[in-house]
Amino acid sequence: MSTVSHARTSRAGGRYSRRPGASLALHATLVVTSLVAVFPVAWLILTSIKPRNAWQSTTVQLFNNPSLDNYIQVLGQTAFPRWLFNSLFVALLTTALGVVLSATTGYAVSRFRFPGFRSIMWMLLITQMFPVATLIVPIYNLLAGLGLINQFPGLVIAYLTTTVPFCAWMMKGYFDTVPVEIDEAGRVDGLTPFGTFWRLILPLSKPGLAVAAFYSFITAWAEVAYATAFMTGDDKYTLAVGLGQFVGQHKAEWGLLTASSVLIAVPAAVVFLLVQRHLVTGLTAGATKS
Amino acid sequence: MTTQVVDGTAAGATARGRARRPKPQGRAGRFLSRHWYAWAMCAPVVVVTLVLIGYPLVRGVYLSLTDATEANMGRTIGMNHIPSTYEFVGLANYIDIVTSSEFLSRLTWTIIWTVVCVALHYGIGLGLALLLNRPLRFRSLYRMLLVLPWAVPAFVSAFIWRYLLNGEFGVVNAMLRAAGFGGISWLDEPFWAKASVIAVNVWLGVPFMMLALLGGLQAIPRELYEAAEVDGATPWQRFRHITLPGLRPVSSTVVLLGTIWTFNQFPVIYLVTKGGPGGSSEILVTYAYRQAFEGIRNYSGSAAWGLLILALLVVMAVGYRRALRKQGEAW
Repeated sequence: MSTVSHARTSRAGGRYSRRPGASLALHATLVVTSLVAVFPVAWLILTSIKPRNAWQSTTVQLFNNPSLDNYIQVLGQTAFPRWLFNSLFVALLTTALGVVLSATTGYAVSRFRFPGFRSIMWMLLITQMFPVATLIVPIYNLLAGLGLINQFPGLVIAYLTTTVPFCAWMMKGYFDTVPVEIDEAGRVDGLTPFGTFWRLILPLSKPGLAVAAFYSFITAWAEVAYATAFMTGDDKYTLAVGLGQFVGQHKAEWGLLTASSVLIAVPAAVVFLLVQRHLVTGLTAGATKS
Repeated sequence: MTTQVVDGTAAGATARGRARRPKPQGRAGRFLSRHWYAWAMCAPVVVVTLVLIGYPLVRGVYLSLTDATEANMGRTIGMNHIPSTYEFVGLANYIDIVTSSEFLSRLTWTIIWTVVCVALHYGIGLGLALLLNRPLRFRSLYRMLLVLPWAVPAFVSAFIWRYLLNGEFGVVNAMLRAAGFGGISWLDEPFWAKASVIAVNVWLGVPFMMLALLGGLQAIPRELYEAAEVDGATPWQRFRHITLPGLRPVSSTVVLLGTIWTFNQFPVIYLVTKGGPGGSSEILVTYAYRQAFEGIRNYSGSAAWGLLILALLVVMAVGYRRALRKQGEAW
């Protein structure tokens, strides 16, 4: 903010000097786009506090007897708490395993040049773009052979195929920003490469680790295809699958669906807004350096 | 800033990109002691990748060359083990797919879907980034509101939009009717279904582009603009000759990421239109998925679809690496 506005204000004198017409157009554009961005979410929240069947209304009503009935219903009468627990469990396990597995690799490809380096970079790049359709059948058969269909460990294994390459890639980008002098200092003080990594670099890389963890968590939390295919029992559904049950072939409980959506989206959105700056840096790592 | 790289046990740092320089000592022992911890650090990911991706991939290639379906796949029911009866059929699955009209129409739609979505993501994202890059009141507020679609999990957004676009009770049609127009059956006509999923995906994808490009804009040195202004460059010239070239590195990365994500976008299509009506909004990924998990599961056909999709993506990856190399990122 400061540097940008300084350049302008010092030249023109006033704060934000601009012709009034241009200013109006600028704000109008931003207000309209913000409305488009916010409206669906706002409507979701409004619908969730209407009576259970009020979604079947053909006119636009912002409010209609607001109450928390849908929330009470969702939390008390449906399998939503169960699904929530399932999703949390799967997502946390995926996150823990994914970050632990990928951090060392990220460090190795960031710092060392060794035979096989190029193959590993290729592997990381290509595996993160694997479409779900390529692996889903073989993984399904593999898990079926191991008796892991409809089991949480099976789903976690499937998610690791997505998160591990991506986290390793993102961690590499983060470690690249940690000055290599720190490694050298550690080496001079007699630390082994593992010691350097563990005692110097990891503590400095907490923001990077947090972003990788967040990415893994969100990936597992919001995944649809694997969960739909692998989780066959109602008690094993994750949220992404379970939510679809509210609006299936024979019933449409949009009241319940919207309430559950709010319960899922609000915590996710709050955490997201806190880490998004780092997430963008992680995703575009390597592109922004001059 | 050039990133320096510690080279093995030697304390010196070599410049990036000299990975393949000839080794001064070719002796196996030294070679091993020099690199063993780098390998050890990579081992977990390599093992996970080989077991969880490598094996399924090889297995997928094998399945795609057979006529395996749910019916002739070996399985165990209770105490009885039924052996597999599927056979090797060579490239028949691939030939079937490539010569089918379904492949051509799915591929065409997938390409249209990807190109239109990414172009709109980038265009709208860049426009908003330019607006937000100005000194402006309420900037952080706008920024937060505009990022919101990215903050909501995609499957939740897909459900929201399916409700908003509902023909009878959706608020979009309610507003159209209130304004005196007729409602549109958004999700029940092929054209509108396609337009709807594109709109939903654009809504979802713009925030990422906007933030990434905003970061890119802020990295462009201010002095360039000031110098250009002194030289009398018009705003358009400044945009054309400073902004666009300055954004190039970020643009190439986000456009590629966006292309891969859009190409593989599963939840939007699967949850908003379910691929309908009549499969018209099905992209390659959702189509292959449906082959595998609906009706009699066609394992071999879907594996072949999956590998064809992967091949298309690998071609894009090669392009990506070329682009990186041009920017001097050599590996």
